[in-house]
Amino acid sequence: MQIHITTSDGVPIYLQVVNQVKYLVAAGRLKPGEELPPIRTLAEKLVVNPNTIARAYRELEIAGIVEKRRTAGTYVSDSGSPLARRERTKILSDRIDQLLAEAGHMGVTLDDLTKLLQTRFSVLQDSRLKDANDA
Amino acid sequence: MPERFSSVAPPIVVIDRLSRQFGQKLALNNVSLTIPRGGVFGLIGGNGAGKTTLLRHILGMLKAQSGSVKVFGLDPVANPVGVLGKTGFMSEDRNLPNWMRVRELIRYSAAFYPAWDDRYAAELQDAFDLDPKAKVSSLSRGQRARAGLLVALAHRPELLVLDEPSSGLDPVVRRDILGAIIRTIGEEGRTVLFSSHLLDEVERVADRVAIIHQGQILLAETMDEIKDSHRRMTLRFENALAQAPKFVGALTCDGAGFEWTYVCSGESEQLRQAALAMGATVVSDATLSLDEIFVTRVSS
Repeated sequence: MQIHITTSDGVPIYLQVVNQVKYLVAAGRLKPGEELPPIRTLAEKLVVNPNTIARAYRELEIAGIVEKRRTAGTYVSDSGSPLARRERTKILSDRIDQLLAEAGHMGVTLDDLTKLLQTRFSVLQDSRLKDANDA
Repeated sequence: MPERFSSVAPPIVVIDRLSRQFGQKLALNNVSLTIPRGGVFGLIGGNGAGKTTLLRHILGMLKAQSGSVKVFGLDPVANPVGVLGKTGFMSEDRNLPNWMRVRELIRYSAAFYPAWDDRYAAELQDAFDLDPKAKVSSLSRGQRARAGLLVALAHRPELLVLDEPSSGLDPVVRRDILGAIIRTIGEEGRTVLFSSHLLDEVERVADRVAIIHQGQILLAETMDEIKDSHRRMTLRFENALAQAPKFVGALTCDGAGFEWTYVCSGESEQLRQAALAMGATVVSDATLSLDEIFVTRVSS
């Protein structure tokens, strides 16, 4: 699990972990049923406080992205769960709101923004295909 | 089983209205501070802010002139055995006996602590690549710091106190030290207190932070509280303004004309409401790094 922590931009560390795990799941780089590293292991690897990782895992669990299993250990949830779907809509809505606000400030119209969205989608898809071929 | 519930366990350190004067200089000015059991407590402040003086009081190396210091519920000056027996300490100058060899340093330190763990000491010696035959005086800065860390850790202290542990060290040794802090609190109920001016490190590993400046505690909160209660907000006004309009909780302000950026203490929602009431649009609203919070707090 590739996670990178920085303290330069002010984003709380637990949130960086939450966002990056969400991203890895959304990008298919963490698959449903895959186990996340134990809290202490990840804390030592990233050189951050274990409580911070515990908090990130808790938030991810509440968001339905991961689940604790009885055998201890944290696993990526089945993406079909209603909680995960609701969370996905929520993340996207938040991001879209930000995007719309910024586009508004910059005087970019909805049409132009939609076109840009399409362009970026193609670029991303190309690079994912390339990744898949590399793997 | 009080350890299980860290919030109800008695605090490890309680400092009450502690003041300390060195000649004309007031090094500590009416300091009150509570360090709960478990977790990592970061003490941050510039050079000469009073960090080391405060730590020396906790270790019983200085006697309170006024106010009181209690560690494990004991006065560390009256009860050095009770306090130091459960405390590991690494000083900033790492004053280790230069004439000893590493092997002798370890044996010598082991004699002080009934709880000394030979196996753990050997493990650390190995992990830190310390040569048992090397003279302490011949060690590099990094190896010297590692030797100091071994001595502080090998009796598995309940309280680990590190005074500027990373100062002057390369990133590899710093990582060892931070790793040791993280592993220490991985064991239930152990507490780390460390002072630093490397705020990136503090932000990574500390649960709680106190800012000390000119002998006074400016702020002592959990890292989450500190991060949540400081924002950098840029407001855009309808008309160009010659002067920054007053904004609630503003600690510093910078800008010109239509846009003004404030670093403020307060939560995002309240600040947004206040901005709205002023007829301003919030064009950006961001969390600050601990570094920025520190600089703002100390300079305002």
